[in-house]
Amino acid sequence: MIELKAVRKDYSSEVTIGPVDLQIPKGGVTALVGPNGAGKSTLLTIIGRLMGADAGSIEIAGYDVATTKSKDLAKIVSILRQENHFVTRLTVRQLVAFGRFPYTKGRLNKFDEEIITRSIKFFELEDLQDRYLDQLSGGQRQRAYVAMVLCQDTDYVLLDEPLNNLDMKHSVQMMQHLRRVADELGRTVVIVLHDINFAGHYADRICAVKDGQVVEFGTSAELFQPETLTRVFNTPVACVDGPNGPLAVYY
Amino acid sequence: MSASPALDPNPAGMSAGQTAEPLAAATKKKVVDWKLGLGVLVVLALLTLSLFTGVYNVFDGEFGGEMFAITRIPRTIALVLAGAAMAMSGLVMQLLTQNRFVEPTTTGTTEWAGLGLLLVTIVYPNASLSTKMIAAIVASFVGTMVFFMFLRRVSLQSSLIVPIVGIMLGAVVGSITTYLALATDTLQNLGVWFAGSFTSVLRGQYEVLWIVALVAIAVFIAADRFTVAGLGEEIATNVGLNYNRVILLGTGLIAVATGVVTVVVGNLPFLGLIVPNVVSMFRGDDLRSNLPWVCLLGIGIVTVADLIGRTIIMPFEVPVSLILGVVGSVVFVGLLLRSRRHA
Repeated sequence: MIELKAVRKDYSSEVTIGPVDLQIPKGGVTALVGPNGAGKSTLLTIIGRLMGADAGSIEIAGYDVATTKSKDLAKIVSILRQENHFVTRLTVRQLVAFGRFPYTKGRLNKFDEEIITRSIKFFELEDLQDRYLDQLSGGQRQRAYVAMVLCQDTDYVLLDEPLNNLDMKHSVQMMQHLRRVADELGRTVVIVLHDINFAGHYADRICAVKDGQVVEFGTSAELFQPETLTRVFNTPVACVDGPNGPLAVYY
Repeated sequence: MSASPALDPNPAGMSAGQTAEPLAAATKKKVVDWKLGLGVLVVLALLTLSLFTGVYNVFDGEFGGEMFAITRIPRTIALVLAGAAMAMSGLVMQLLTQNRFVEPTTTGTTEWAGLGLLLVTIVYPNASLSTKMIAAIVASFVGTMVFFMFLRRVSLQSSLIVPIVGIMLGAVVGSITTYLALATDTLQNLGVWFAGSFTSVLRGQYEVLWIVALVAIAVFIAADRFTVAGLGEEIATNVGLNYNRVILLGTGLIAVATGVVTVVVGNLPFLGLIVPNVVSMFRGDDLRSNLPWVCLLGIGIVTVADLIGRTIIMPFEVPVSLILGVVGSVVFVGLLLRSRRHA
């Protein structure tokens, strides 16, 4: 379980995130949704200890994020941010292998190589594994990054807008992969999503963030009410029954 | 905190039925292969050439053996150590700044080393070589940290701005050094230091260069940490790396290498820039297996430049920094243009 108690982050006197109290249960996919600037990504970044909170406490699987050693946390929780470009020329396999760093400090044994191969297979990157990242398309590269995070073998996986810059087909593929990460591998996946319909279809729970506060938390059936979504997103939203479940219509 | 069961070698859910396949493919490239052997042979040939190049004929001359031992061997060893050190410093610096265009001479590190050297000479005119060296190392460290801090404060939009900022910083420090030298009547010394040259490398004066061999070993040991740091602070933190500590370690190693080389040899411009870029172009960025190549190429380029410098106006010599400067700036511009086209 991920548990936030009165977590606060102050940017200025006007812009504050929190205090947030939130409990994300173990297992399944939880989506953080909300309007731009609501603080979804910041919240995720704080949970993943890439940014410190100004007050409050965060526990992941009982470990306090602020006091647990970073190298130990790296075996419990992994986080992938939205923007990842670097100048280092790595192959897909070399990148994925860095997911093993918390365990190996770079010296891979046979066991690590097996896990790397499995992660690559899981994300269907076998044919690309020896290509350099700069030779891949955006969707392929995104898959490689997520494969790296999966290779880290943590119970909790935090992803900041993994669908960013992906087209329809690749977005659906990515969500199907993440669904399998939760269902088949038993990981707890927390993702920031922009599209409420993706969240509604693929996530088990939706956490709506607005103005730095958690305003709604529940299943998609609970949240897919016109009044609720209209309030969260500050824009008129209607809900209709689609062939695969409820759909939010906002245009 | 144990690993979740899912990615164990025999998982229940994942890739069922595929356990029979060989999964343990190698991720890391082999460090030693025949190509590296060939490279070593070529560099050895160059070094042998260096040993027997010079005005004095070491075979027939009356003092052939002594000349060989006093100047030729030290000079050649110095080429090896300085070439490898500067190439590696460039590589580590490029990883830590995530920028392909930095190296000790485009970030001001060399200028800071010169400032440290000058200050200690002004304060203690009779300072020993090791005192001068420590001053140069400390100044390089401070200077490089200033540069890194600046980069972290200001997130620069274009990667091309970074070396420009570094060169400007270096120019400012360089002018302060020149002013101090003018004011204290030591300008001539300064000129000699900054023009990197192996002419004055003699037995009894170059041995401190061996320190950089230790730096090389340290870089090799910490290779994976530097590579992970090269993926950025967030990914590095995610996999549990202490990012700031790695930055400090890297800066320290760069400072030691630059400081020592500046004191003994002088300024070797662009070496740390060209070598890692060329190696990366051909081999990608697996740091551990690249390091021997970076060292080799660094040694090779310095040796060739030194051979040219020694023979081009024989019996006189041109400083090696001049040759490197000419070749290096051309390659630098080439790299800039290439990155523009790819961007």
